[in-house]
Amino acid sequence: MSRTVERAIVEPERTVGALKTAEKGPQLYVRAERAAKGLNRTWLLAAAVVVLFVASILLGSYTVTVPDFVTIVTAHLTGGEKIPGASFIVMETKLPRATMGLMIGVAFGLSGALFQTMLRNPLASPDVIGISNGASASAVLAIVVFGASGAAVSVAALFGALTVALLIYLISRGGSLRGAGGRNGNAAGNRLVLAGIGIAAALGALVSFLMTRADIRTAAEALIWLNGSLNPATWERIGVLLLALAVLLPFTAALAKPLRLLELGDDTAAGLGVRVGAVRLGLVLTAVALAAVATAAAGPVSFVAFLAGPIARRVTGKPSLPASALTGAVIVLAADYFAYNLAPLLLDATVLPVGVVTGALGAPFLLWLLATSNRKDA
Amino acid sequence: MARLSARDLTLQYEQRRVIEGLRTEIPEGKVTMIVGANGCGKSTLLRGLSRLLRPAAGAVTLDGKDIHSRPAKELARTLGLLPQQPTAPDGITVRDLVGRGRYPHQGFFRNWSHGDSSPHDLAVRNALDATATTELADRNVDELSGGQRQRVWIAMALAQETEVLLLDEPTTYLDLAHQVEVLDLVTDLNRRRGTTVAIVLHDLNLAARYADHVIAMKDGAVVAEGTGIDVITEELVRTVFGLESRVVPDPVSGTPLIVPIGRHHYPAPQATETTKPALEIAS
Repeated sequence: MSRTVERAIVEPERTVGALKTAEKGPQLYVRAERAAKGLNRTWLLAAAVVVLFVASILLGSYTVTVPDFVTIVTAHLTGGEKIPGASFIVMETKLPRATMGLMIGVAFGLSGALFQTMLRNPLASPDVIGISNGASASAVLAIVVFGASGAAVSVAALFGALTVALLIYLISRGGSLRGAGGRNGNAAGNRLVLAGIGIAAALGALVSFLMTRADIRTAAEALIWLNGSLNPATWERIGVLLLALAVLLPFTAALAKPLRLLELGDDTAAGLGVRVGAVRLGLVLTAVALAAVATAAAGPVSFVAFLAGPIARRVTGKPSLPASALTGAVIVLAADYFAYNLAPLLLDATVLPVGVVTGALGAPFLLWLLATSNRKDA
Repeated sequence: MARLSARDLTLQYEQRRVIEGLRTEIPEGKVTMIVGANGCGKSTLLRGLSRLLRPAAGAVTLDGKDIHSRPAKELARTLGLLPQQPTAPDGITVRDLVGRGRYPHQGFFRNWSHGDSSPHDLAVRNALDATATTELADRNVDELSGGQRQRVWIAMALAQETEVLLLDEPTTYLDLAHQVEVLDLVTDLNRRRGTTVAIVLHDLNLAARYADHVIAMKDGAVVAEGTGIDVITEELVRTVFGLESRVVPDPVSGTPLIVPIGRHHYPAPQATETTKPALEIAS
């Protein structure tokens, strides 16, 4: 009997609920449409990448026509007759530059999005939490103290990034063990960000110190690297980067699904069968490696990792790794097009390193993000 | 034999020991309520039972096998958990959230079959149906009310299709109507699917109302377990909560109803007399 009484009390409530949702019919339709738009907008980003890629090869201070481009590439592949000048500019400068821009954009974009999603903190990108600084400090040390150049600098950068990542991970992990297991995943994330910012500051000081001790020519060389630049784009470097991405992208794809569950909180994820500790470690390693190989290739192109995830989210309406990767590529390609082709027109033929442009973009974006994110959360 | 049981279970955070040498069983096919005062270790016990906390000593077994010896995904197909305050990522839709409950049933590669006949879609639709959230399916979770949101989380746990479901205070921050709604929902699940349910619950009266089995805890130990009528007595409320009360039969269900006394009110004389006989009639 008690059951019937409960039903009678509950049922009218349900009916009211149903009516309320019925009123929201059109709104529901809009929402479904919006979800579909998320996917369409990812294709839009992909299209933007293609357009920028093509534009940076064909347009700019040295323009190439489409038929010429096709001739140059087929000639290069088949060993046919080259177009004097144009062949060299396309195959040794424009094409490698655009290809490397695309690849480091993807790597930085993914790395940032992985960190930001895993730690549920938009500040937690490798360029904010000291990983890029680790690469910089190590590379500058190699350039200034050991007189390294070329590939040796890249190796040093890679080593520096991984060392700093390990250090930050150990510091934040030591704290999280003390907490209630996975309950305070957010606290562990915040600790990691704070540890990273501290280390970033210390490494920044080290870089400044090394720069003051270096002779002017070495310092200039180090500075170009520090700004992040696509100038060192060579097919050899692209090959190394391609190899690294061929290993790291499948890892990222495999971790994407458990990452989506980590978003629900560590406890919920564990309840759904995710091995939280192992997945977290895998994510950290993958994200660090992505940032490290990109930094090793082109220097710490600032703010790309930091910007890609949030911009991708604003564009597609939800956090998405593919969209973040594409956004990273868009940022680097667009910034480099500006730095390489447009800036010289404005600044008496000065070619800017791409990192200067992304850095200039990053600061106002950070402020904008801070100003709008709280409002959204409230 | 009970499927989920704790054997000489010791649980601790770092050096702080919360539960020591605890033995208990979650009876199969029943709704078990774990009750106790704040800080008595009931949520810790649930964390232990649901593998979130690795035992310092002893073991939690499911069908006689240590839960920590099983592959995580395989365990998640049998043992489900709804933590106290799960976090929904920004902008996630209800359907997407509920769909994530299917993770332990999916292979390494993403299952691309999205036909109506796919077992995953069916499970998601059933879960939405059972929790009356079908109409909310395309809305964003962060736009929902507290009650709706809790129904969605339960839908996610349902989509997991486990034989055992553990819930940590699923009614926290809900008003009374929604508390009743959530517990009705969980009871439906138990009655229709035969799911074994264990819930940590603050509200003793609701626990008594909905429990087939009650586990009462104090200072990290089980002080009483059994049916609500056997376990929830004035003496138990005094021991466990340090609260003077009258326990009378619930006029709706006949289960024990705890009426706290406090310092400002005094019980009417007849209340004491009716307590015991009324309970006997009810049982």
